[in-house]
Amino acid sequence: MKIAIASGKGGTGKTTLSTNLAGYLSKQYEVVLVDLDVEEPNSGLFMNGPLILSEDKYKMIPEWVGKCSMCGLCQQVCKFNAIVCLEDEIMVFPELCHSCYACSELCPESALPMFPQKMGELKHFRDNHLSFVESRLDIGQEQAVPLIAQTHKYIDEHFNAGFVRIMDAPPGTSCPVIEAVKKVDFVILVTEPTPFGLHDLKLAVETMKALNKKFGVVINRFGIGNDDVISYCKEEGIDILAKIPNDRRIAELYSRGELIYDKFPEFTEQLERIKKYIFTLN
Amino acid sequence: MKEIVVISGKGGTGKTSITAALSYLGGKDVVVADCDVDAADMHLLMQPDFSNKEKFYSGYLATVDKDKCTNCDKCIEVCRFDAISYVDGKININELNCEGCGYCAEICPEKAITLETRYVGDWYISKIKTGGTMVHARLGIGAENSGKLVAKIKNEAKTIASSEHKEIILIDGSPGIGCPVVSSLSGANYAIMVTEPTVSGVHDLKRVHQLVKKFSIPSGCIINKADLNDLITKQIKEYLELENINLIAELPYDETFTEAMVNGKTIVEYNHSSLKCKMVESWEKIK
Repeated sequence: MKIAIASGKGGTGKTTLSTNLAGYLSKQYEVVLVDLDVEEPNSGLFMNGPLILSEDKYKMIPEWVGKCSMCGLCQQVCKFNAIVCLEDEIMVFPELCHSCYACSELCPESALPMFPQKMGELKHFRDNHLSFVESRLDIGQEQAVPLIAQTHKYIDEHFNAGFVRIMDAPPGTSCPVIEAVKKVDFVILVTEPTPFGLHDLKLAVETMKALNKKFGVVINRFGIGNDDVISYCKEEGIDILAKIPNDRRIAELYSRGELIYDKFPEFTEQLERIKKYIFTLN
Repeated sequence: MKEIVVISGKGGTGKTSITAALSYLGGKDVVVADCDVDAADMHLLMQPDFSNKEKFYSGYLATVDKDKCTNCDKCIEVCRFDAISYVDGKININELNCEGCGYCAEICPEKAITLETRYVGDWYISKIKTGGTMVHARLGIGAENSGKLVAKIKNEAKTIASSEHKEIILIDGSPGIGCPVVSSLSGANYAIMVTEPTVSGVHDLKRVHQLVKKFSIPSGCIINKADLNDLITKQIKEYLELENINLIAELPYDETFTEAMVNGKTIVEYNHSSLKCKMVESWEKIK
């Protein structure tokens, strides 16, 4: 089973839920938690266990070999303005390149071969029944999507269907989120019962519908704000999997990088509800 | 003209609530730009009138003319984004996967694939409740070009500021360190980083600050929920001193922020005690 934990709004508790759910389920199952919020990966701050593998991740970028007839086709085919053909030089702007290979493969003189350029790192940790994989985008790299795609690939190669695979997705509704949830069976949308939470939840719901994803909602910090999130879910027929109580003690445990489920029975109860829900899906 | 951008690395630190409060204090003298186009929330506190709406087009989307297509599969072979596959025996392009690179259109022997400009969202110029102007947007689902939309909104805000002789542009940035954040930082004069004393907050503050450093602009920091973890707040302050970042304010953990939000108000309209004073002091330091 592959589950993504996502949200429109940032800071609603994706990482809190991902790390605690992964920890809780690993008492009973083989679990891998994957941090796909590659711009700001935080799950690792809550994970223990030794590093078992670390590898650099690359994206493919064209590099001009320094000699060609300057026909200009490369610049013409590049829709990302990543190639500029000057009088006697071809300039490549790697941060704009989407690695589509068009310039490289269409060049009549093979003057733009593709070379790997480092964009980030993947790390794999293991603590008994809980594995943890995180990818981290290098500062200055603007595109999260290729790194997320490669992380999915790594997970598919190293963890078979016997594992419960939990993906901590980036916030928002744009391309990195789409890439993160594309291949999962179910998405848990974490929200908070506030106007910001509701507004961004609606965007996330629209996104999941556009992707034809099965999804449900977990309300975090339940007790603050108002009841509008609950009314919205009712109207839309969206299942609310759990309500995590608003409690300053939870925020304090989180602030120190500690897991919550083993210290807070009210919280564990909510994880149990989520577990029951997701295991009756199939 | 001074361009101030508010960012946070981590989401949910209170960035938008704080930017909205500063915008309220700036009143008519500031042009507000909501560049968190992915999850634009500031309008919920500023009550814009959505008076001027424009469509935003950016990038491309490949479309296939099924009558011309001979199913030669060349497009499938060259597409690096798994965007092309067969649906009911016909070549089909998945809109959400298509990056708009145009490679398929280039090599299609039947010229059956064409590129169309992609509609990615709407942007608005509004009057807000302070009497000031706000430029904001709504990005479509799964859109590619949020960095470009951010640039568009900033440029509009700049044009308005210069034509109306406003001194300050206040920008609500997005979380993370990727293309929309890079886009909101480029050309800015000052970055305010909002953080919280949690292990994640510190981690993300350091990453986003590394990015700010690449732009060589001065920065300041607001520590929200500062009393949640005294030890980490102390560590943050040490980091700020070491890196020469101005500590603008320490705000307490206070659910009044949420109450104000539920009432569609900024914290300075809602709370007349210490929080308001702190926001007023912050604005005096920044403007």
